[in-house]
Amino acid sequence: MALSLSMYLNPVVLASVVGACAAWVSPAADAEQGRLIATGGASSIEGGAGGGIIPWAMLAGYDEQGEWGGNAFATHVDLPDYTLDVVGAAASYGNRVEISYAHQRFDLGSLVSKLNLPEDNLTQDIFGVKVRLFGDLIYDQLPQVSAGLEYKHQNDFLIPSLVGAKRDSDVEGYVTASRLFMGAAFGYNVVVNAGLRYSRANETGLMGFGGDRRDTRSVLKEGGAAILFNPHWAVGMDYREKPDNLSFAGESDWADFFVGWFPNKHVSVVLAYARLGEIATLDNQNGTYLSVQGSF
Amino acid sequence: MGRSFWLIVGLSLSLLAGCAQQPAKDDSLYQDLGQRAGIQKIVEGMLLHIAQDDRIYKYFAKVDIDRVRDKLVERFCVEAGGPCTYTGDSLEEVHKGMNLSRSDFNALVEDLIAAMNEQHIPVTTQNRFIARLAPERGEVIEK
Repeated sequence: MALSLSMYLNPVVLASVVGACAAWVSPAADAEQGRLIATGGASSIEGGAGGGIIPWAMLAGYDEQGEWGGNAFATHVDLPDYTLDVVGAAASYGNRVEISYAHQRFDLGSLVSKLNLPEDNLTQDIFGVKVRLFGDLIYDQLPQVSAGLEYKHQNDFLIPSLVGAKRDSDVEGYVTASRLFMGAAFGYNVVVNAGLRYSRANETGLMGFGGDRRDTRSVLKEGGAAILFNPHWAVGMDYREKPDNLSFAGESDWADFFVGWFPNKHVSVVLAYARLGEIATLDNQNGTYLSVQGSF
Repeated sequence: MGRSFWLIVGLSLSLLAGCAQQPAKDDSLYQDLGQRAGIQKIVEGMLLHIAQDDRIYKYFAKVDIDRVRDKLVERFCVEAGGPCTYTGDSLEEVHKGMNLSRSDFNALVEDLIAAMNEQHIPVTTQNRFIARLAPERGEVIEK
């Protein structure tokens, strides 16, 4: 029993289930995928469509006007001292509004014995909504500009509270713009993304919200870019500025460098090198990031 | 009236013909798509894909497909910077009353890309061509 349960919780197994389900339901949903391939993006670690560590302005799935779309995903980040597992799903309607959910589990690894911690992992639930305000990723004059809100709830607040975090849940907002520039890099299409976030989340919320050093929200810069070697393969990077609210440890800005594969409108895979720097006193948390997404 | 006379006549005619044409424009995209013959293959391939495309087949079911092909070849040739003249109606006129959706437009783009892939048109050339067609979406959809 324990074996089969842990098998289901294994992100790679989960991801293949996600992919298989999406591929299975696909025939009925074919007519609703009116957007071009890869324009649903990958799934960010907070659940919404995006790059890897930040949301982009595109919405989840492949729906255009009058259509529904969505996805489910699983992401595993393997760091020297920690691991982060995320599962979630998003749905969007009319290429206008997206709702998303993500469950994050951060395993504290070697820190548990080092600091004799009372818990060996931190989890967080994130509910998100994102609205496309105006513009289009590809067509028309203006870039696609979207705004989003995220409600985050940290479920294991003992450790964050001990190191100075002020609250276990919070709401944060962001505005982000994305645009595809045709043939912009040696003839290949380029997608550029830039955004601002208003947040006081520590380590995206896994370490609570606000802190002894600073308890107000900060305006944080986010951005990314990807080059599409064809409609199925993308190579790019994400950057995410993070606040420094807790005095017990520094908090690094994050970056990742990814390869995305979109074989069809039902499955995508992102493999990345994630540079997460210092997390909870342990530096050089740079490792691999794998995300599998099924879209419908 | 020796050969030189005819040579001069011929040269003058070709000069006149040259003057009558547009000022020299960049036709490299037209060349990269395989000139008019290549464009015709792309258009025919696209129409074959459309014929099997449940999403947009219905819009082509009752049209004179030969005429559509000829006008599309002319149109694509002009868009690619080739030495052609488009003799069809305006895009707005052609699509009036069809109320095509954004999804319909994307479906056609996908069928066009499939046809270009079959003609082994490099991705970078495809991107240049689609970049010239994309701004025309407003003249096609929701009419």
